Amino acid sequence: MCLSVPARIISIDGDMADVSAGGAIFRAGLQMIDNPREGDYVLLHAGFAIMKISEKEALETLRLLQEMRDSLE
Amino acid sequence: MNGVFMKYIDEYRDSKLIETLARSIKSAAEGLYTFMEVCGGHTAAIHRFGIRDILPQNIRLISGPGCPVCVTGKDFIDRAIAMSGIDNCIMATYGDLMRVPGSLFSLEKANASGADIRVVFSALEALDLAERFPERKIIFLGIGFETTAPGTAVALCKAEEKNIRNFFVLSAHKLMPPAMEAIIKDGTGINGFICPGHVATITGSSAFEFISGRYGTACVVTGFEPVDILQSVLMLVNQVNAGMPAVEIQYTRAVTIHGNLRARKYLGQVFEPGDAIWRGLGIVPESGLVLRDRYGRFDASSVFPLSVVTKDDDGKCICGDILRGLRTPSDCTLFGKVCIPSDPVGACMVSDEGACNIFYRYGKHE
Repeated sequence: MCLSVPARIISIDGDMADVSAGGAIFRAGLQMIDNPREGDYVLLHAGFAIMKISEKEALETLRLLQEMRDSLE
Repeated sequence: MNGVFMKYIDEYRDSKLIETLARSIKSAAEGLYTFMEVCGGHTAAIHRFGIRDILPQNIRLISGPGCPVCVTGKDFIDRAIAMSGIDNCIMATYGDLMRVPGSLFSLEKANASGADIRVVFSALEALDLAERFPERKIIFLGIGFETTAPGTAVALCKAEEKNIRNFFVLSAHKLMPPAMEAIIKDGTGINGFICPGHVATITGSSAFEFISGRYGTACVVTGFEPVDILQSVLMLVNQVNAGMPAVEIQYTRAVTIHGNLRARKYLGQVFEPGDAIWRGLGIVPESGLVLRDRYGRFDASSVFPLSVVTKDDDGKCICGDILRGLRTPSDCTLFGKVCIPSDPVGACMVSDEGACNIFYRYGKHE
């Protein structure tokens, strides 16, 4: 019950959304996130979107790791 | 998911990055290190991806108390079962709790004997039940940490807004940082915490600062993919080597210093901290979330006061010690023999995030 998974917002209806995660569609409450938009990636936890995932930060982490990898080769 | 690229998952399972991190960890690790992964989700990922086999022998990972079902005391199950017998009651619970043994039996057995206990995926689903069955009393079992509790808070705010009179919450919600402090005080000799990433999406990394500041224990807030976990181990090793414990965020794509302010506002509006009983840790001060007076009419524990007798454990199950990082499932005489996932003795064998269940699934009982 305590797992959170990345999910993409498919459609928004008031403060609820349909989100897609791992090939399945779930209902998710949007009360905890600011300005949700269709296409946003969020963390889905116990029926709520608890955080928007930051694309910028995700790419930055991967870039730093890639640099580390290059420097070791 | 077959063959379909999953954004924010697959990139963090890249075998070349994993190899790079493993090599970096090996060359940086010059002493002995014990790190605790607090969250059951991390324990599951560590076993699923074989992280322990990738790490050098001088780095030990131990499991912690971050499995909400596991730390829920037997007294809570006993109380929930007693409440399920109230006239016209529908009890709504997350599925994991159904099979946790109470003093005499589990919610699943209570359900089979006629109580109306239903599995829901969210607190809002429980609130829907209250609207659909206005003549019934819906009691939602609120378990989980800072990640799950805001959902309960949202449901309670909606119940107040819509003036729903037949929705109640029995709260066993808990806070992670006080439990981590209790574990340090226990003296398990931990050098660093792999801090719970999803708890931190809500609380922010600042919630762990007193741990590195006051106790000198390294902290890295960590994501749940293998690259995340290995990068965090490297960050922890570097912190320990430098002798400069701090709180760092590895899981920057989901965690900030101050967390989710909206969710924190819901939490603060509905709940206040109170002492709570943890399986293994006993009573930990200010580590639970109780409903504020304003929400008293939704508080199942005061609306339906019942006296419940909880039987002491017979001492054979070591779930409590496992949750404190003192022993591992393979130290238990019941593990994999008397206690198996389909017939669990202790809570740690029930949940997918419980250490015993995870060890069993990944073959550590053989």
